[in-house]
Amino acid sequence: MDFPSFYMDHLAGGRLIIGLIASLHVLINHPLAVGAYPLLTWMEWWAHKHNRPDIDRLACRITFIVFIITTTVGAMTGVGIWLSTSLFAPFAIGSLLRVFFWGWFAEWLVFISEVVLICWWFLSWRKADTAEKKRKHIKIGVALSLMSWLTMALIVAVLGFMMKPGEWNQTRAFLDAMTNPLYAPQLGFRTFFALMTAAVFIWFTAFFFTRPKVAGDDGPKRLRRWIVYRMSHVVLVSLLGVFLFGTWYWNCIPETMKANSSVALLTQEFMSWHGRFQSLLGWTIVAFVVIGIGGLSNTFTLPRWALLVPSVMGIWLLGHFERAREFMRKPWVIGEYMYSNGIHKDELAFLQSEGLLRHATYVKHREVTEANKAECGRDVFMLACSRCHSTTGLNGVIEKFTLMYGADKPWDAAGMTLFIKGMHQTRTFMPPFPGTDKEAEALVAYILQLRENPQTLRGAQSEGITFAPVAKPVEEAGR
Amino acid sequence: MNLLAAAPVPRDLPLPLPVPEWLLVFCLVVFFLVHILFVNLMVGGSVLVVLLEWMGLKNKRWDALAHEVAQTITVNKSLAVVMGIGPLLCINLLYTLQWYSANALTGHAWLMIVPLVIVAFLLTYLHKYTWDTWTSGGKKTLHQLTGLGAALLFLFIPLIFLANVNLMLFPTEWEKVKGFFSSLGIGNILPRYLHFMAASLAMTGLFLAGWFGRRDSDLSHLEGFSRPELRRLFYKVCTCITLAQFLFGPLLLFTLPAAGITTAVYVIIFSGAAVGLLALQQLMAELKSPDAAIGGRYGRIVALFSVVVLGMGSGRHVYREAALAGHQAEVKERTARYAAALAEFNKGQAAKPQPAEQSAEQLFMNCAACHAPAVKLVGPPLTEIAKIYAGNPEGIVAWAKAPGKKRPELPQMPSFAHLGETSLRKIAVLMLEKAAVK
Ligand code: HEC
Repeated sequence: MDFPSFYMDHLAGGRLIIGLIASLHVLINHPLAVGAYPLLTWMEWWAHKHNRPDIDRLACRITFIVFIITTTVGAMTGVGIWLSTSLFAPFAIGSLLRVFFWGWFAEWLVFISEVVLICWWFLSWRKADTAEKKRKHIKIGVALSLMSWLTMALIVAVLGFMMKPGEWNQTRAFLDAMTNPLYAPQLGFRTFFALMTAAVFIWFTAFFFTRPKVAGDDGPKRLRRWIVYRMSHVVLVSLLGVFLFGTWYWNCIPETMKANSSVALLTQEFMSWHGRFQSLLGWTIVAFVVIGIGGLSNTFTLPRWALLVPSVMGIWLLGHFERAREFMRKPWVIGEYMYSNGIHKDELAFLQSEGLLRHATYVKHREVTEANKAECGRDVFMLACSRCHSTTGLNGVIEKFTLMYGADKPWDAAGMTLFIKGMHQTRTFMPPFPGTDKEAEALVAYILQLRENPQTLRGAQSEGITFAPVAKPVEEAGR
Repeated sequence: MNLLAAAPVPRDLPLPLPVPEWLLVFCLVVFFLVHILFVNLMVGGSVLVVLLEWMGLKNKRWDALAHEVAQTITVNKSLAVVMGIGPLLCINLLYTLQWYSANALTGHAWLMIVPLVIVAFLLTYLHKYTWDTWTSGGKKTLHQLTGLGAALLFLFIPLIFLANVNLMLFPTEWEKVKGFFSSLGIGNILPRYLHFMAASLAMTGLFLAGWFGRRDSDLSHLEGFSRPELRRLFYKVCTCITLAQFLFGPLLLFTLPAAGITTAVYVIIFSGAAVGLLALQQLMAELKSPDAAIGGRYGRIVALFSVVVLGMGSGRHVYREAALAGHQAEVKERTARYAAALAEFNKGQAAKPQPAEQSAEQLFMNCAACHAPAVKLVGPPLTEIAKIYAGNPEGIVAWAKAPGKKRPELPQMPSFAHLGETSLRKIAVLMLEKAAVK
């Protein structure tokens, strides 16, 4: 990668941070935005129609919480996915922006309207004091619900067509992504999942706003029954959607997987994922059914903590759901075009013959010699491996080789070199080694040195950069 | 030729821009100004709120005004964030290498933007929504500290962006940078920062003069203020700060590293400043008008300031283009050279007759990493395999297609079904031969 390498060794290069930010974003976006806006709008409408100011007030208070969270953590984690990817994989985000520009641009426009609408909706709530104004206010809520759903529908398509190998005609690729067999089940699953979790969220927060203040006043109690009863309906109905779309998705995915990779190890890993997804889906649904039915009952109220159980399961399920994308992507960042370490498919053979270091920028040496072997190896590691692996930490190379070659035995350098060169054939989720034989040897020398003397590898953000002057046009001088 | 001897010259991404360059440049300048306007209002607003609330300790009416100003920040800060995405999109495309390199070199700070902005926003909300409850004694102090905390964060966060837009301009300096704080020593960050802060206050003053001054504004919470008075007050803020800009502006201009200074930059900036003088003159005239007439020139002043801002924005861009021209050209040249060599190589590859079939030795590479002749690597040595499968290469083929799990102390062997039956048979035969040689 021809950018200074940002690197956080103990966090698998920092991938973990992107993952964390992205998960947080989805966890806020689905229940609190996509799911909650329509439900809260519906509450507002119902209150207006049946003249129930207490329900209107409750909806407004819950919207306050939603507003606070989505405009801070929600919005900033969305931007954060981008900011962090710019650091960890600038080659990927830089290329994606050039290739899928209009997709991102459209996404931005929808996002602007979403932010404007949420501010407008929440901040004008209390000012809508006549029936006329109230009707208009409800319409803002409807528009907001639509926009936030559209944001999700768009981003799912954008992510989908990034994986489409080679088809870069923007409109073509976009349509293809929408007609991808996974698109519809995925979007349906997300939509109902959002509604279901949003219902539980509203139900949960309503407890805090319906505490009886004066003894004998059963207004709050009545309100609480109302909300629990309706929200359990929403849970049960959207549950059906989650189940149907989840199963559809589960059935579609092996086909798509097969089309994307024919390979054993990945399939093994995938099959266990597939099985786990199914049982997780089952258990999550059971948990939601239990509280959904519990909420219908008139004789008792479910305790607040009971709602946390399905919520936690739901989070877990969603995390698992998102992992499928990871599977299908490897070893590419952009299907059949760029590997996850930023090497292009069409430059692989060139680099393997000429040398990775020779054509890089931020390296210390360009030719491997006996004396600089380990130093060269470190640069090779940074260029070829560091986007996914740490040195001695999480997903570390030392850990991986220890699994293979044993913790107590000496490692055979020649064997390791051979393994590295053929690794992509057995570990098909890994890109092929993009350098010469000498560079593979240098990498092994670095790894062996790491094993002797585990040392944190520091990235450009703390260490700065070194660069050897660009070799005189090798192409001419070399031949 | 080597003017920029100390600048790294990386290769660009081998993809064309998705839209014409001039359009991107136009979008960058315009989107950026829209974004920075809301940032100005967010930063300037939160600073003014802190000052006004502090003045409110003596006279309640300032407290009420501070509260009203705080209301405006909620929307402005949200817009500042979303409107930031557009210019980010453009700068990513136009200056891919310089921009991402600056990000990486200040990486920790760059990443901190996310939590810092979240905390600043949350504090802003806390400050706004506790205004009527944390009203006296220790609670009031806490309330003021909350506002101060948010304002300090808003004062700091722009510095991270500034460090990046500044650092990207000077590739020759990249080698000296070791983290965010050391990047602050490059170029002329301090004058730029002062200029930006002053602009924030001036813009906020102008905005609030219009906000409170508009005919249908609700002043019911602002007892003790009349509309003309508010107009005059915020006009005054805008005027004083704009005066100060005539100090900060030249300071910024004359401390700019020479790298991008051209006549065009001077012409644009000085024309902008001249329009600025006109705006200032109009502001002074407003301040002198009687209560009944103040506000009449508002539209004109906003228009003049828009021209000034557009001028400064364009000047900035012209400077950036000039400062990076050399580097961009070198990058372009290196990228082209690399692409040519690559194309040449690939042509040669395509012309070469395809290696008919991989030899058994080559195919055996697939297994060699785990199976050595006599020692146990990841899997059992060939000698052991040969004992099991002597005279039975088909057995090896069957195993390699669907490996089982025999030895509990060893990991699972992956399947090699994808190599195909023929290749696997070749491997199997060779394996047994190799073991026999030993
Ligand atoms: C990633 C490492 C790895 C690679 C690469 C590998 N193997 Fe294995 N192999 C193993 C392991 C581990 C075992 C032991 C499995 C067990 O006993 O559970 C094994 C066992 C075997 C056995 C012994 C089976 C038995 O009946 O005991 C044969 C034969 C074999 N491998 C053939 C091959 C061939 C042929 C290839 C190349 C096409 C290959 N292996 C590549 C790891 C590997």
